[in-house]
Amino acid sequence: MKHAYTWGAIVIIVVVSTAGDVLLARAMKTVGDVGTLYRRTGLGTVVARVLTSPLFLLALAAMAVAFFGLLFALSWGDVSLVAPACASLTFVGNAFAAKLFLHEQVDRRRWTAVALVACGVALLAA
Amino acid sequence: MSFRKYLVLAGIVVFASVGDSMLARGMQQVGHISLRNLAELLGAIANPWVGGGIVLLLAFFAAYMTALSWADLTYVLPATSIGYVLLALIAKFALHEQVTAARWLGIILVTAGVGFVAGGPALTPAPFHEKFAESEAEVVSAGEQS
Repeated sequence: MKHAYTWGAIVIIVVVSTAGDVLLARAMKTVGDVGTLYRRTGLGTVVARVLTSPLFLLALAAMAVAFFGLLFALSWGDVSLVAPACASLTFVGNAFAAKLFLHEQVDRRRWTAVALVACGVALLAA
Repeated sequence: MSFRKYLVLAGIVVFASVGDSMLARGMQQVGHISLRNLAELLGAIANPWVGGGIVLLLAFFAAYMTALSWADLTYVLPATSIGYVLLALIAKFALHEQVTAARWLGIILVTAGVGFVAGGPALTPAPFHEKFAESEAEVVSAGEQS
């Protein structure tokens, strides 16, 4: 039963953390190229545009929930399962979510990269 | 991709792995912290390793956001995952932790994945990019040159 709880926590953390990354990516695309914006309007405008973006605030909230969720899960779950599973499944979740919600073209090259990195991170975090 | 943009990606890698390592070292010095005692948490920030780690992680987040403003999420995440390799090497040489055979295999896989994604384009067309056609055109032309 504890196993089911642990995997439930992993799934929730992966989903929330993926949501955070996708929302942040979307927010920054909406803000526009930060380098170009900085050269044209200065740092103040860039910071103001990022901080007033509702998508950015949502992303920040999702990332905070994912971070504290992970700390919580690590405090009662099996560290050697929770840490690598969350880190590596977030890569896979992000690839699907980026294709679905951000309409990024995830071609065979990127799928291969995601699969290799996800396996590698699982081994490194274990 | 211009040299400046590769610098931002390098910043993500270095700030995240060095920041995490400094935080890990500092928290080992500080020891166990109870969530009920917030004063202890503030005391932890006073530790130079923890404070420095937090500053570096803030720098990481700024660099990460900058990269996401001109590159795909499915490009930035695999490309900067080389940081996991750097983290393992810092753990071995600076923190003197053991790097097992499984970890070396992980390092090889991550490096191969980074190689795969780095050879492709940084930004792929998406409907909501069109509002910022100007900055997108710059990224696309820079990508074609490299």
